[in-house]
Amino acid sequence: MTEVQEHYTLRVNGRDHAVEDAWLGESLLYVLRERLGLPGSKSGCEQGECGSCSVTVDGVLVCACLVLAASAVETEILTIEGLAGPDDPMTVVQEAFVTEGGVQCGFCTPGLVMAVHDLLERIPEPSDLEVREAISGNLCRCTGYGRVLAAVQQAVARGVRG
Amino acid sequence: MTDTATRAPARDGIGASAVRPDGVAKTKGAFAFTSDLFAEGLLWGRTLRSPHASARIRSVDTEAARAIPGVAAVVTALDVPGLPTYGLDEADQPVFAIDVVRYAGEPIAAVAADHPETARRALEAIVVHYEVTDGVYDPEEAFDAPPIHPNGNVFRHVPIRKGDPDATGEVVVEGMYEVGMQDQAFMGPESGLAIPAEDGGVELYISTQWLHVDRDQVAACLDLPPEKVRLTLGGVGGAFGAREDVSLQVHVCLLALRTGRPVRMVYSREESFHGHVHRHPARIWMRHHAGADGRIVKLEARLLLDGGAYQSTSTHVISNAACFASGPYVVPNAVIDGYSVRTNNPPCGAMRGFGAVQACFAHEGQMDKLAAACGLEPVEVRLRNAMAHGDTLVTGQVVAGTLPTRECIEAAAALPLPPDPADDWLARPGGTGRTTDRSDVQRGLGWAVGLKNLMYAEGADDYSTASCRLEGGFAVITSAAAEVGQGFVTLAAQIGRTVLGIDDVTLGPAQTATIGSAGSTSASRQTWMSGGAVEAACVAVRAQVLAHVAASRGVPVAELALVDGRIASADGSVDVAVAEAAPGVVFEATEEFHHHRTHPLDAGGQGQAHVAFAVACHRAVVDVDAELGLVRVVQIATGQDVGKALNPLAVRGQIEGGIAQGVGLAVLEEIVLDKGRIRNPSFTDYLIPTALDMPEVVATLIEQPEPGAPFGAKGVGEAPTVSSHAAVVAAIRAATGLDLARCPVRPQDIALAPRVAG
Amino acid sequence: MVPTRLDDALRMLAELPEAEILAGGTDLMNEVNHGSRRPPAVVAVNRVAEMRGWSLDDGDRLHIGAGTTYTDLLEPAFARRCPALTAASRTVGSPQIRNAGTVGGNLGTASPAGDTLPVLAALDAEIVVASAHRTRRLPIAEFITGVKRTALVPGELVVEVVIAAAGPGDVQEYLKVGTRNAMVISVAGLALVVGDGAVRVALGSVGPMPIRATEAEAWAAEHVDWRRRTADLAHFGALVAGAARPIDDHRSTADYRRHAIGVLAARALRRALATGASAA
Repeated sequence: MTEVQEHYTLRVNGRDHAVEDAWLGESLLYVLRERLGLPGSKSGCEQGECGSCSVTVDGVLVCACLVLAASAVETEILTIEGLAGPDDPMTVVQEAFVTEGGVQCGFCTPGLVMAVHDLLERIPEPSDLEVREAISGNLCRCTGYGRVLAAVQQAVARGVRG
Repeated sequence: MTDTATRAPARDGIGASAVRPDGVAKTKGAFAFTSDLFAEGLLWGRTLRSPHASARIRSVDTEAARAIPGVAAVVTALDVPGLPTYGLDEADQPVFAIDVVRYAGEPIAAVAADHPETARRALEAIVVHYEVTDGVYDPEEAFDAPPIHPNGNVFRHVPIRKGDPDATGEVVVEGMYEVGMQDQAFMGPESGLAIPAEDGGVELYISTQWLHVDRDQVAACLDLPPEKVRLTLGGVGGAFGAREDVSLQVHVCLLALRTGRPVRMVYSREESFHGHVHRHPARIWMRHHAGADGRIVKLEARLLLDGGAYQSTSTHVISNAACFASGPYVVPNAVIDGYSVRTNNPPCGAMRGFGAVQACFAHEGQMDKLAAACGLEPVEVRLRNAMAHGDTLVTGQVVAGTLPTRECIEAAAALPLPPDPADDWLARPGGTGRTTDRSDVQRGLGWAVGLKNLMYAEGADDYSTASCRLEGGFAVITSAAAEVGQGFVTLAAQIGRTVLGIDDVTLGPAQTATIGSAGSTSASRQTWMSGGAVEAACVAVRAQVLAHVAASRGVPVAELALVDGRIASADGSVDVAVAEAAPGVVFEATEEFHHHRTHPLDAGGQGQAHVAFAVACHRAVVDVDAELGLVRVVQIATGQDVGKALNPLAVRGQIEGGIAQGVGLAVLEEIVLDKGRIRNPSFTDYLIPTALDMPEVVATLIEQPEPGAPFGAKGVGEAPTVSSHAAVVAAIRAATGLDLARCPVRPQDIALAPRVAG
Repeated sequence: MVPTRLDDALRMLAELPEAEILAGGTDLMNEVNHGSRRPPAVVAVNRVAEMRGWSLDDGDRLHIGAGTTYTDLLEPAFARRCPALTAASRTVGSPQIRNAGTVGGNLGTASPAGDTLPVLAALDAEIVVASAHRTRRLPIAEFITGVKRTALVPGELVVEVVIAAAGPGDVQEYLKVGTRNAMVISVAGLALVVGDGAVRVALGSVGPMPIRATEAEAWAAEHVDWRRRTADLAHFGALVAGAARPIDDHRSTADYRRHAIGVLAARALRRALATGASAA
């Protein structure tokens, strides 16, 4: 690339990452996947329509494809790779997705898991409609959402808070 | 869901709702989709596509593009070393357009560069001079229009003549039905990583539905022997028919070979809409003759499917549509003509349901008309005509396997109806838009039943290959069956565990270099065909193990059994763990699994063309705001013929996912064309159901084991999509009193429909 | 360029007139990803604290910072003050989009289908625009000048939106038609505000800019009986539909949009009558 090269630092999953020689227009999604070795967030539409790239920035759930990477400096970014703590192989939500059949091709799964975590932090015992509205920004083409909703109920039943 | 399958005991064998082996990785974002794969020094590939649907190419100038720093290669049709075209049946589709463009989105050139933005700018720097020409956009015009392609404009005419063409019935109902162009819209866009190999060949990591057929087409286009084109299945983000045809495979390999570097191509969502085939839009005329009792005497039908610019699988889709125009009903006399034609619209091909979906919309609309004309309930008219084992299709084939049509209908009818909606905006049509108060809503209920064949038809030998390797109590199963999300990887391990009686069963990578073809992940065939191949390979290995132990212990083989991880004789003289039974010995078997032979249809559409069938019934409840034309699908109840549920949880996932696509086709999804150009190639405007659009699904599995099917199981992937859309539209008709002849139903179709007084 | 103070942001914009303003990214990043916009420079304003949040002044006017997100506007405390803007915010996109998208961005993009715009038009919103050199205030009808066109000049930034808060007895309704139950671009949107003796109606997605249905408003002032809670809803709807100037596009048809906006108007008025509005 022959354009002005950007250099900045992003804090992702608790660690600082230096970004060098980046093109200004790169989204956070691109930088996570292609520069920082974190391909867990997926690129399904690059328009914020599918939610496959959902991450949190300072605790707020957003689509990483719509975040200009260079503008995300001095924030705390959490991706799917950082969700489970160092001592847990996976979160209760992740486990519920697996046991309830909420995963088929899996492309939407990281974004969905992030959205469900965000929901349960805000509403620990959501109604069916509240769950549906909370994940309405995560498109899934395989499951028809049935087993995903069952997974959320399972996580709630286990008394999990996000 | 009313789950009529019994759960298997503890160990995750056949019949258990075993969890996916890749599920944990997927929830952690650790599962590698093809688009996640990385190679040192990789370049980014992008495709230049024609904005015109019909044009002559006067010139393509790539000089400026090649001069951009960071651009490693620019290729066009001139750079294709082998066959310039590819195709699943007929190689009529150019790798890059040569002289002529036949659809908007047709590839003209491809570039490889050091950054995706550089690649994009390189595309913009390619100068193409087009001379726009008149195109054909109405499939009716295709018959008489000048040939769009030397092969002509009619892909296939399927005539079906059964019984007496002049038979009549007291009751006659007729209709003209239209199905719009649906898109598979998988979540993971097309992606491939091609790495040039030292032997002059290429390694391709690819998301596809059929590795070997991709390999063969790539090899032919690159003028390489097949063994030098080695494909490995990467993680696939859904398929639903859109990955049967080649999309970027040849392009990315060509770029890799030209540059000598790894090249990755990942489509944007917009490019994805242009880069794969869609579901054939259809216009279908039907006329049913019946007795006053509602029993069908004759079906007349004309089906016209728009196949777009290139053939893909159009000859088979129309065959399906014609053969299943009669639906799961006994139709003694039939005059059916099916046509798939070429136009300058985007190419159409396989999508879940493959022709039966379109036919079902028409025949189910007809069945409701028949019910009304005979004064029967919709369920009753369907029960009176329902096909069963031993009945004859319009192709003259007798249904030799199970076909519990009646049971599926009765099961759906027995499922509880949904309650009245909660007093919440989100529970009403219009959702968060707050358009609709309770008094604005009418509820309606509708029915549809659909029939689908399993496996390929008309003489195709779509076999599958699998191998099993057992050493020290660990088994590795190898199959090239493309896992696209449906759960074949889960099932294969379940089969291995059941047959070998051990827990430690894993799957090896799916590659062309190490195993023969498994056939396509389509036609609801992998459970039967690749499940059958895996079973056969494991059975062979089990026989080897038992023979080995029998020989080494001096015991007759017939006295040994392999159960729960141990090999034991009835008298107890032999009792050893499989893991310890043959230290250092490797047991291996590779098996090819074929289904019984089928035959092409003759000139009258008669023949033993299909292997087996599956049926499903759907009952839809919708709430409609007729003044605004907004619909909320409240519940879909289904009874589905599954043979045997090998993994009830996975079956449920297929049913719910397939119904979601039916809901989409009924009220949301359509590729909108304007003179061949896609106007809505994005998720902003191609709307698939969100969690707020998806109804409750209640299901009963009808298990009548299919003779000849491995474990008695039928494929379950397509049946949920074949009739669910028709049930939803039927429900909207019931709620509104409107004769809706088209799907997807748009708000204006309801809100602005002329209302007949009285 | 990620300023946290407004004066820094304005200075950057003055120094870099070619810079694009980035708020929530829901419009700009969409275009950058698509390749249809290549900003030579970007000033991200989503961390300017002064532009985020809302307050009520002594005159019962709401001052909403341009950086306030749709999620912020869902807060019950805000909903009480401006129910229609909360209702409109809830219809926008998904939680991810609502967390990022801002009122200022909705105004700056000025899409004919912008979800907040009919509400702001019905409320006669005042748009506060600042640059390094001056601050000016524009009525929304002057701020939006065409399809995706505003009165902003290079170096300027929307910093605040000012509207009257709902008073006791006021009714506000916002209704939006989209083909899907969530995450959908508006095909027809309508805001109805009843209060202070007036009925104000603004329409979205049925013209290049939000339309105030002035004829319908005048008729309603004369003919709605707020005491008896009656009105010729159909006539009101027809007047509103008459004010619409919709087009055919890939999302819908002009005929449907015109029909739908009339239905929305009738229903909005029906609800206002039922909930006990007093325009007296």
